[in-house]
Amino acid sequence: MTTQPDIEHLLGAMATRLRELLAARGIGDPCMVGIHTGGVWVAQRLHELLGLGEPLGTLDISFYRDDFSRIGVHPQVKPSNLPFDVEGRHIVLVDDVLYTGRTIRAALNEIFDYGRPASVTLAVLVERGGRELPIQADVAGVQMQLEADQQVKLSGPDHLALTVQSHAG
Amino acid sequence: MHTVIRNGRLIDPANRRDETADIYIAAGRIAAIGAAPAGFSVQKEIEARGRWVLPGLVDLRAHLREPGQKHKGSIASETRAAAAGGITTLCCAPDTSPVIDTVAVVELIRRRASDAGMAHVLPLAALTPGLAGEQISEMHALQQAGCVAVSNGKTPMANTLVLRRAMEYAAGLDIPVLLYAEDPWLGASGCVHEGVVSTRLGLPGIPACAEVIAVGRDLLLIEQTGVRAHFSQLSSARAVELVAAAQQRGVPVTADVSAHQLYLTEMDVGQFNSLCHVRPPLRSQRDRDGLRAALSEGVISAVCSDHQPHDTDAKLAPFPATEPGISALETLLPLALRLVEENVLPLHEAIGRVTWQPANILGLSAGTLSLGTRADICIVDPERYWTVSAKNLVSRGKNTPFTGWELKGKVTHTLLDGKLVYENAH
Amino acid sequence: MPANLQLDANGNLRHFLTVEGLKRQTLTDILDLAESFATVDAQSVKKVPLLRGKTIANLFFESSTRTRTTFELAAKRLSADVLNINIQTSATSKGESLLDMLHNLEAMHCDMFVVRHADSGAAHFIARHVAPHVSVVNAGDGRHAHPTQGMLDMFTIRRHKGPDFGALRVAIVGDIMHSRVARSQIHALNILGVGELRAIAPKTLVPPEASALGVHVFHDMARGLKDVDVVIMLRLQRERMQGALIPSGSEFYQLYGLDTDMLAHAKPDAIVMHPGPINRGIEIDSAVADGEQSVILEQVSNGIAVRMAVMSMCLGRGPEAAGEGS
Repeated sequence: MTTQPDIEHLLGAMATRLRELLAARGIGDPCMVGIHTGGVWVAQRLHELLGLGEPLGTLDISFYRDDFSRIGVHPQVKPSNLPFDVEGRHIVLVDDVLYTGRTIRAALNEIFDYGRPASVTLAVLVERGGRELPIQADVAGVQMQLEADQQVKLSGPDHLALTVQSHAG
Repeated sequence: MHTVIRNGRLIDPANRRDETADIYIAAGRIAAIGAAPAGFSVQKEIEARGRWVLPGLVDLRAHLREPGQKHKGSIASETRAAAAGGITTLCCAPDTSPVIDTVAVVELIRRRASDAGMAHVLPLAALTPGLAGEQISEMHALQQAGCVAVSNGKTPMANTLVLRRAMEYAAGLDIPVLLYAEDPWLGASGCVHEGVVSTRLGLPGIPACAEVIAVGRDLLLIEQTGVRAHFSQLSSARAVELVAAAQQRGVPVTADVSAHQLYLTEMDVGQFNSLCHVRPPLRSQRDRDGLRAALSEGVISAVCSDHQPHDTDAKLAPFPATEPGISALETLLPLALRLVEENVLPLHEAIGRVTWQPANILGLSAGTLSLGTRADICIVDPERYWTVSAKNLVSRGKNTPFTGWELKGKVTHTLLDGKLVYENAH
Repeated sequence: MPANLQLDANGNLRHFLTVEGLKRQTLTDILDLAESFATVDAQSVKKVPLLRGKTIANLFFESSTRTRTTFELAAKRLSADVLNINIQTSATSKGESLLDMLHNLEAMHCDMFVVRHADSGAAHFIARHVAPHVSVVNAGDGRHAHPTQGMLDMFTIRRHKGPDFGALRVAIVGDIMHSRVARSQIHALNILGVGELRAIAPKTLVPPEASALGVHVFHDMARGLKDVDVVIMLRLQRERMQGALIPSGSEFYQLYGLDTDMLAHAKPDAIVMHPGPINRGIEIDSAVADGEQSVILEQVSNGIAVRMAVMSMCLGRGPEAAGEGS
């Protein structure tokens, strides 16, 4: 365990930066999509803080993972739900932790199966090293330097908290 | 050739003999028991200490697949398997191709069997030409050629009038008729017993009443015609009840059962195990218990192999498309002996059911160790366990649901007319 | 021989041959996963990349356009490549060449065989002889089983009546004797703990020992339908009218046909199901088949999601998927 950042503070800062970024890009009415499970919790807060008009979308990327043949499919897949037409819209994609980039790749693939968005902006609560794909966040709550055997987890949904666990030994 | 078998336990139920003694064989016949007869000079000696010396087994029904299906087996290959199973006399079923309905086929089979020299092969003549159930066959000529009985194989007799006439004709010639009891319509499309398993697996069933109805009809005709009749391979408890009642009334009727019916039930079909596809089908536990009881009471007086060797492909298909039957010559004796361990029969009776009793049904002089009879003898190591496997079977057919079973009792020697035709001393 | 041919060493589905003998959790997993796949319909690209690079061969020894189409759609929505092989009966359905054909397909690196065959036990036979990397899904074998149909019916029932099968009374009506669909439904309903399961048919169309399957047999349709929540009608094959199983289509319809008057014996909110294709006026009246209580068309579309679930479970075995870093 290490020191835990104040999540509410991070979320507030993320909302502010997102608002600025969207304004700079001239995006007036974005659609927000959270990735199950932690990403949805973060997206719910950001959605509230930004006071977005469109309802929040959720994605379960289980069917788009690239490691299916290794680990199979978990029966408890949550249904994906995009309650708006993706076609031509500006999407804000939200996840809890950006690590290898594979989840974001899967999410992008899934979004594009619903339609062709005008743009996708990525917001994550935690950005850590270890990218395996050329993907970066447009907005990140916090940068963490972690060892490969360490894992950062977001717990929720009522009280969001970050914990870092080490798998070494 | 003078042969002596020393120190074995001679078990000869027909003569109520059970003693440890030497048995002397001369000119292919049993010459003496105990002391050597005058002028006997030992040329071959077989040590049988700790072993049982039994009459060679008599099997009322085996399919040798020749002529017609040599990819499944031949008279030579299957009589070699019979010798390995201690069987010295066997009846070969008439449903060869061509059918055993002409003297030429009978002669062919007898010649091949005699060339092979591994077992006495007694052809069963077709009751009706081509087993078609329409005419009656030339029973007299077939009998003269060497057939010991008539039978319609496993083709049910649909036409009761033809059956009645065939029985009447056979009665006049005093030829025994072997009957396979199955109603031709009730059993037509089935491949397993109609019951819990057929329902669960969605396999078309053959109800027990298909057999019971046929037995009922046939018994009435047997009474009417006075023919010497025998039911082959009964499978249901209700059918043996009918036979028992008829025997009590004094009807001259006997019955046998296949060894596998005494051990397996419909449950053994499991998840479509095609090795358990047999005809008549494996029935319920209640039926199996009924068969065992009838065997114990003597209503059923013989146990046969109903040997049906198959090529591998015959069993490699979805269950209903596979061919029925078990390769069974080599498991007949150990399965008969196991009846003793399972308290179904005392030892002498178990041996009697596969030796003198089947011989008696057909009036054959076989299945005993009587002095002067042909020296058809099987020597068994009663304590030797062996596991049934494709590798251990001599028969060309490896199709047996007993694969993997550990059986007790292994034939070590078989003598046919005094000549050693099988030996596996260790 | 393994105790249950369709499970791997970890208890995961390797083949899907029959519902019989599966755990309730496995059935619930199939239904839950199917629920997720049902949302794929909302995408404009109705496809997920889960089985990309896998090859699925539809081996239909018995023709059935509808079942084959839903299996094909399910496979394609999972991004698998699909090979449709229609084997007309006769010579090629013999065991020897059947195995030869399977081994040829294996050599072409097929990952799954979807098998429809007229003989009970055909799918088990094939599963017993395929290479270890190949999965077999039973798309109907003789009178034995049609497990994906059974599961899509459970899916349909659950969507309408909720997950508590214990609260339900279900009646299956018609030719139960020859129906592989009925057998799969009966196993599935019993495993899911159905409150009461009834079979309604003339005695000629009920298999012997049916009660051993866990059904209450009724020969009187009105009594059998009383207060049921779900009515499942079975298709009556025309050839049953020969063979002295029923006297005529019209007498069968009189006794066991489902019209609005007959349906009134069931609960007012009962749903009516049918595996299709329906024989209007033989087992069901058009007013019922097309009526408000009918969910027959839903069954068809639910079939795709359920088959996707089964295919991905069989092909996606391996250690439990653990939540891992993103």
